[in-house]
Amino acid sequence: MSLTKQDVQQIAKLARLDLTEEETELYQQQLSSILQYVEMLGEVDTSGVEPTSQVTGLQNITRADKVHTSLSNEQALKNAPSREDRFFKVKPVIE
Amino acid sequence: MTNNLTNLTITQAHTLLKEKKISALELTQATLARVKEQEPTIHAFVTVTEEHALQQAKQVDKDIAAGKEIKPLTGIPYTAKDAFCTKDILTTASSNILKNFIPPYSATVINKLDEVGAILIGKTNQDAFGHGSSTENSDFGITRNPINPDYVPGGSSGGAAAAVAADMGIFALAEDTGGSIRQPASFCGVTGLKVTYGRVSRYGVIAYASSLDTIGPICKNAEDAALIMETIAGHDPLDGTTPNVPVPNYYNELQNTDLSKITIGIPKEYYAEGLDPEVKQAVETAIEQYKEQGAKVKEVSLPHTKYAIAAYYLIATSETSSNLSRYDGIRYGYSDQNAENLIDTYFKSRAQGFGAEAKRRIMLGTYALSAGYYDAYYKKAMQVRTLIKQDFEKAFEEVDVLITPTSPVPPFKFGAKSHDPLSMYLMDIYTVTANLAGIPGLNIPVGKTKVDNLPIGMQILGPQFSEGKLLAVSSNTV
Repeated sequence: MSLTKQDVQQIAKLARLDLTEEETELYQQQLSSILQYVEMLGEVDTSGVEPTSQVTGLQNITRADKVHTSLSNEQALKNAPSREDRFFKVKPVIE
Repeated sequence: MTNNLTNLTITQAHTLLKEKKISALELTQATLARVKEQEPTIHAFVTVTEEHALQQAKQVDKDIAAGKEIKPLTGIPYTAKDAFCTKDILTTASSNILKNFIPPYSATVINKLDEVGAILIGKTNQDAFGHGSSTENSDFGITRNPINPDYVPGGSSGGAAAAVAADMGIFALAEDTGGSIRQPASFCGVTGLKVTYGRVSRYGVIAYASSLDTIGPICKNAEDAALIMETIAGHDPLDGTTPNVPVPNYYNELQNTDLSKITIGIPKEYYAEGLDPEVKQAVETAIEQYKEQGAKVKEVSLPHTKYAIAAYYLIATSETSSNLSRYDGIRYGYSDQNAENLIDTYFKSRAQGFGAEAKRRIMLGTYALSAGYYDAYYKKAMQVRTLIKQDFEKAFEEVDVLITPTSPVPPFKFGAKSHDPLSMYLMDIYTVTANLAGIPGLNIPVGKTKVDNLPIGMQILGPQFSEGKLLAVSSNTV
């Protein structure tokens, strides 16, 4: 699998990353070579094989639906790059 | 005096504390002095928590004077990888995107160590977000191998392993997603334990790939690892992936090993092409020694080994692209305040905050998860993961543990692999399999290279929840 420059730009857009021209070229080349390598998985017959996402087999772990203390408003806002009053402040969403 | 106090094991330091021959403060001061002396060369730390450590040590001494029980880790100076959230102490995961992040809470394991009076002396350097095998991907500079500063310490927990090897803290807390505890432990000549998935709580540890991430110790020997495990392992209501499996008395388990009851498996695929001859010889010598002590040795096959790197890098990058989507420049972390609108804030903050390797992995994972490619890449990798897990299950029907090299090569020099990401990824061939299968793996040092005396490490793998057995087998190494 070889990626085109447009492919790389599309992936970057999905990942919300501004890439420079140089980065785009570098990733086009590096990601293509990694994708060529992983193509070897195609050799493996996986028909009827269940995918594994949870290795120890735990399922549907829930906890009691109880109120407990959590971060205060002030603690939660402490690392905010921009805030106003008791809120996170963001740039305009709709122009 | 300084050296005498800093090269102690946990059990040695514990005895001295119990016999009142030293205080926690003296031990902490000696460790901090050692850090001041070594750190300019090694650079194992992102942050040294001197004030915090001295305060904690004074409190521990007060508690001891008041008659509080001295537990095995009470008063023991340790370091934590910078991926562990520490309340009110800078936590960066060695990434610029978190360079000013002060967590409002601590990871469960940090709290557990706090409760027994272990002393946090600093936060160690790493490949940013765990993305790497040499610690060259830290946004805050490289860490040097204490055995020889021209060489990398391994990664991603390079700072943790280097700190233990250089006697800067008696043990280190680290994290292993594809070898990040075992490989740096191998490169720095120390003990490193990657636990069964879920054996130790991940709550409050900055995520790399959630279905693979595990928390464990880097330390000086198996006894120390057993004591650390007894303190940090177990179910955590805050981490739904920690099963309710009782925590055994690892330390006792270790005192009673009879190697004649153990069958060691040698997976032939781990001794194939690409393995450095000196590494191979060191591991084979260690296996011979086990044999002489009565262990049975048997060749086994793990036929899907050659697909492990491909499966691992698809799963790990897919999960990391999802985990790292939280860095949006809004709630915490680096933010470009000159962005024009919300979406521009995302694009610019992430572009400036993430380093090259994080971006590469986010891109690869985003692609593998995107519409039209999910089945071919992510799902396929998860199916191959099942086959790799089954390979191990079959092998463990015949043998108790498996012995392999930890890394195919000894430590390498700075820049030797960083130009080509794929060649760096291939370094992880012997370690990623344990993460895919969720099984524990232990690195112990077994030799040195002829040139430059660089450490060579050996890996012992066992079935899920067999940490005690791995430690017991390793304690028989001559």
